[in-house]
Amino acid sequence: MRAVIVGCGRVGAGLAERLAREGNEVTIVDIDTEAFRRLEPDFPGQAIRADGTDEDVLRRAGIENADWFFALTEGDNRNAFAAQLATETFGVENVVAKINDPVRAEAYATLGLATICRTRLLVDAMARYVGLPADEGADGVRPAEGHHDHRDAEVPALPRAEG
Amino acid sequence: MYIVVVGGGKVGYYLAKELLEAGHELVILEKSPGRARQIADELGSIVLNRDGCEGKHLAEAGANRAAIVAAVTGDDEDNLVVCQMAKHHFDVPRTIARVNAPKNEELFRHLGVDEIISPTRMVLAAIEQDIPVHELLHLAQLKGGELELVEAQIGDASPAIGRRPADIALPEGCSLFLLLRGSSVQQVRSETVFQSGDKVLAVSRAGGEGEQSLRRELIGDTEQVGDPALTG
Repeated sequence: MRAVIVGCGRVGAGLAERLAREGNEVTIVDIDTEAFRRLEPDFPGQAIRADGTDEDVLRRAGIENADWFFALTEGDNRNAFAAQLATETFGVENVVAKINDPVRAEAYATLGLATICRTRLLVDAMARYVGLPADEGADGVRPAEGHHDHRDAEVPALPRAEG
Repeated sequence: MYIVVVGGGKVGYYLAKELLEAGHELVILEKSPGRARQIADELGSIVLNRDGCEGKHLAEAGANRAAIVAAVTGDDEDNLVVCQMAKHHFDVPRTIARVNAPKNEELFRHLGVDEIISPTRMVLAAIEQDIPVHELLHLAQLKGGELELVEAQIGDASPAIGRRPADIALPEGCSLFLLLRGSSVQQVRSETVFQSGDKVLAVSRAGGEGEQSLRRELIGDTEQVGDPALTG
C-alpha cells in the first residue's frame, strides 16, 4: 500500500514509521525540515519539505497513486483543506484528517471526511481513567458519514488530476 | 441584512465600513486582539475578538441568522473552512470567500462556496488587458464564477483561420459570440470566416475543458500554459 502523510509532528512521524515498518510505501510532507528529525535516521520512506496544502506538492508526493492520505498537521483548517484536496481533486479512497476542534470534526464527518479529534480522544480517555460513565457521541474517531452529499447538484464533478 | 465578516484585515475592514454605511447590520470576527481593538476604535463595537473558524464562535456571532458570511482572511484554508461551516452547520444562504491562490478556486467552487473573489486573478486580468501576456484574456466571471468571459486573439498560426464557427470543435457550454475585427464589432454568425488578427469574445465554463478547447482551436498553441489550475 502507498500512503501520503502531511505533517511530520509526533503523530505524523510515528504513523510514518509504523506504516513503513510494515512494508508500506510512505511519503511524508512537512513545511519545516526540522520536523523530519522526528523520523528515525534509517526511515525507509520519502520525506519532502514543502507546503502540503498545495496540489502540485501533493502530486509530487505521489498522491495520485496513494491508497491512503493522512492530514496530520497542527492546523485544523490546513488538515481539512488538504484532506478535501485528496478526496475531491485526487480521488484518494481513504482519507483521514486530524481535527482537534470537536465542532469542526463533527461537521466534517457529516461532510464525508473521516476525522480524528485529539480533544475528544483525550477527554474520553481521562474520563474513563477516573471512572466516569461513558459519554455517548463523544467519539474521537469519526468515520465519514454519507458520501459527499454536500455537493451542489448543478456543479459538475471536479476533473480528476491527470497522471 | 445581517452579515458576518470573518477576517479583519484591510479587506475585512473596508468591506465592513462600506456595508455599515450602506445600512447593513454586521459583525467582524478577528482573532488578533490588537487588530480587533483597532477596528473597534474606528468602527465601534461591531468586532468580536474570536477565531471565526471555530464553530462556537460563529454561533456566538449569530451565523445562524446571517444572510451572508464573507470569509476574507489571507489564508485560503481558513476561508474555505469558514464557508463550509457556515453553509453546512449554520445553513447560511450565501457564502463568499476570498481565494488567494488561483488554483484553489476550482476546489472552493466544487465544495459549494457560493461566491469566489480572487484578488490575484483580478490583478492578473488587469495586467492582461494592458499587455497581452497570453492570447486568451480573462475578462470577467459570470454566474458566480461558473462561467467565464474570455477574449481569444487569432494569430497567424491559428488553426481557425479560414474556418467558420461550425468547423470549430468546442465543448458544450462554450460559445463564440462577438467578433472584433479592425474597428468593427459584429456578432459571430454561421457564415463568419475567421481571419488572422480577429479577436473573438467567448463564454466558457470556468476551468479545464472549455478553455483548453478555445486555446487549441483558436490560438493553436496547446503548449502555452496560462494558468496551471485551468490546464491541470
